[in-house]
Amino acid sequence: MKRLLLGDEAIALGAIHAGLSGVYAYPGTPSTEITEFIQSDPLARERGLHSRWCTNEKTAMEAALGMSYAGKRALVCMKHVGMNVAADAFVNSAITGVHGGLVVVVADDPSMHSSQNEQDSRFYGAFAMVPIMEPSNQQEAYDMMYSAFELSEQLCEPVVLRIVTRLAHSRAGVEVRQPMDMHNKGICQDRWVLLPGIARTRYAALIEKQADMLQASESSIYNKIEKGSGRLGIIACGIGYNYVKEALGDEANVLKVSQYPLPENAVRQMALEYSSLLVVEDGQPVVEQQVKSLLGTEFELKGRLTGDLPRTGELTPDNVAKALGVERKITYTASDVVAPRPPQLCQGCGHRDVYTALNQVLATYPDYRVFGDIGCYTLGALPPFKALASCVDMGASITMAKGAADAGFFPSVAIIGDSTFTHSGMTGLLDAVNDKSNITVVISDNLTSGMTGGQDSAGTSKYEAICVALGVEPEHVRVVVPLPKNMEEITRIMKEEIDYPGVSVIIPRRECIQTAARKAREARKAKENS
Amino acid sequence: MKKDIILCGVGGQGILSIATIIGEAATKAGLNLKQAEVHGMSQRGGDVQSHLRLSSTPIYSDLIAQGSADMIISMEPMESLRYLPYLSTNGKIVTGSKAFVNIPNYPEMPYVQAELDKLPSVDMLDIDAVAKDAGNPRGANMVLLGMAARHFEILSAQQLRDAIRTVFARKGDTVVEANLKSFNAGFGSTD
Repeated sequence: MKRLLLGDEAIALGAIHAGLSGVYAYPGTPSTEITEFIQSDPLARERGLHSRWCTNEKTAMEAALGMSYAGKRALVCMKHVGMNVAADAFVNSAITGVHGGLVVVVADDPSMHSSQNEQDSRFYGAFAMVPIMEPSNQQEAYDMMYSAFELSEQLCEPVVLRIVTRLAHSRAGVEVRQPMDMHNKGICQDRWVLLPGIARTRYAALIEKQADMLQASESSIYNKIEKGSGRLGIIACGIGYNYVKEALGDEANVLKVSQYPLPENAVRQMALEYSSLLVVEDGQPVVEQQVKSLLGTEFELKGRLTGDLPRTGELTPDNVAKALGVERKITYTASDVVAPRPPQLCQGCGHRDVYTALNQVLATYPDYRVFGDIGCYTLGALPPFKALASCVDMGASITMAKGAADAGFFPSVAIIGDSTFTHSGMTGLLDAVNDKSNITVVISDNLTSGMTGGQDSAGTSKYEAICVALGVEPEHVRVVVPLPKNMEEITRIMKEEIDYPGVSVIIPRRECIQTAARKAREARKAKENS
Repeated sequence: MKKDIILCGVGGQGILSIATIIGEAATKAGLNLKQAEVHGMSQRGGDVQSHLRLSSTPIYSDLIAQGSADMIISMEPMESLRYLPYLSTNGKIVTGSKAFVNIPNYPEMPYVQAELDKLPSVDMLDIDAVAKDAGNPRGANMVLLGMAARHFEILSAQQLRDAIRTVFARKGDTVVEANLKSFNAGFGSTD
């Protein structure tokens, strides 16, 4: 029987079965379930695979590179914006090359279901000049893990596996294979010392490998031309292929692209047979631009840049059908009695009490700003709190508050979650301490990475020590328990620390009510079973 | 044969359990299945939806095309209306009748009812009350699944009951029986 798996789970299982030794990741929607699956998979546990969460995507990427250097297969997983954090290590891993197979899974989020932008990780793959695979379905996602590790070891380069939300979070039946043994090539004998002289040689070697990468794409089983009875020529990438087939079935004349660099010969062949081509790709017009430069501006090319498909947002069966000229009857229109129902902070959540207190205290100042960060508490931007002036990237609350304070603005407050603080907030706090910036940092500590479903947070039980070690004066590191009954104490402490002309940190600490409830359920179950 | 189903409700109402049970039953029956969910921020009191596609032939798209859903299964009346553009001309709505109000601008119920009355096939029940009567107040989602099972065709009630047994097995016999009872209350029979 097939196993019913999320795209994320298919990747996880494929990696385990392909002889993985360790996964390194920081949670981020829609990639989180890959690592969670490996953490709970019986075979992975039996084999003792590394699967503990990392502090951020950069530490994850580097640790995986170390595992690769030691000759074993390693997996790195992140959401698309995590790639910005890992980028230094990622781009340079293409220069050093890899030893044990190294696959970097990046989950893009077109339509920004839970993200700040729509950046397309295929640009990163092309930028680092490494192969990219982009599965069209869950079965391919599973199978590709075998191919990706093999290709990585064959080329001695990292391979990017790019997925999007609709594959990551959609389930389908997957045929699984017999697991391979854990792979071990032994420690690498090369020296990956990227001093300029050596780096130049390695960079030249990477450029040399481009022809092999292209050849791998041209002959890849994941790229194929399907001929149908229709008149239109289509280039469909990743899950774009599904929407084309959904609309046209066997009529579709399609070049399915699931491995990059772009198979140029196949594209040229399509261009010879059809007078125009439509590019269907989820995310940004990466392939459309490449095809344009390959075929010249004279060739009639359609896609997101020409408005045949929307310039922003994810592909859907609807917008692809429309671009293909397939009409569908839509009988009912959206009802105007339906009100939006945005997500909100849980009832009883500690972040609520933090915002209640902050708003109360700050209302006593003529003007103020609270710089926000990435996590559940970003919802404090919405009613009823409307507390935040900004939310940009992981850790930006502290550094933006610092910049505003440097500009003379007061009171300048940062609010950041515990996991986000260790991910990217600590360095900014050190800057603030060194500059004696007049800021108040609230580390709202719920003892977990809440928004992604309650993963372990790297700094739990270490926050006061970290802040003091970074140079915050111990008397200005204050811990409170965010509960309505403590409101008087919390607001008094907030006021004192805001008025203190320097760096102060307030740590409201109360466990996430979701993880607390889950632990209580598990404890009850354990008691029943004993 | 195919069934395209939109499952919807508010985060925390248990629509993903419904999807899991249908998925289990479909896999066992050898049907092709795709089920797209939204995880992440939308779990927290916001609207949630899942696209569930069952077919005896291969399925390409993970998402249902607008105008082609055979059913909308909703825990809550206003949420059932949110996805109307997906409903096919003769599509059915199966929904809980009790409003889940966690927003200040939830429409007055008569307006919601009037919208539902315009549609050709709406099956509505106070699933919370039925679940409570069946002795399983947390089983409203299983009552809803039972209601939907009357219209499923592609899967039998017996196949869904078996799936409930499998999915809840690790939680013990009491939980399995409670959920079956809720399912049967929604289905209207134990056969």
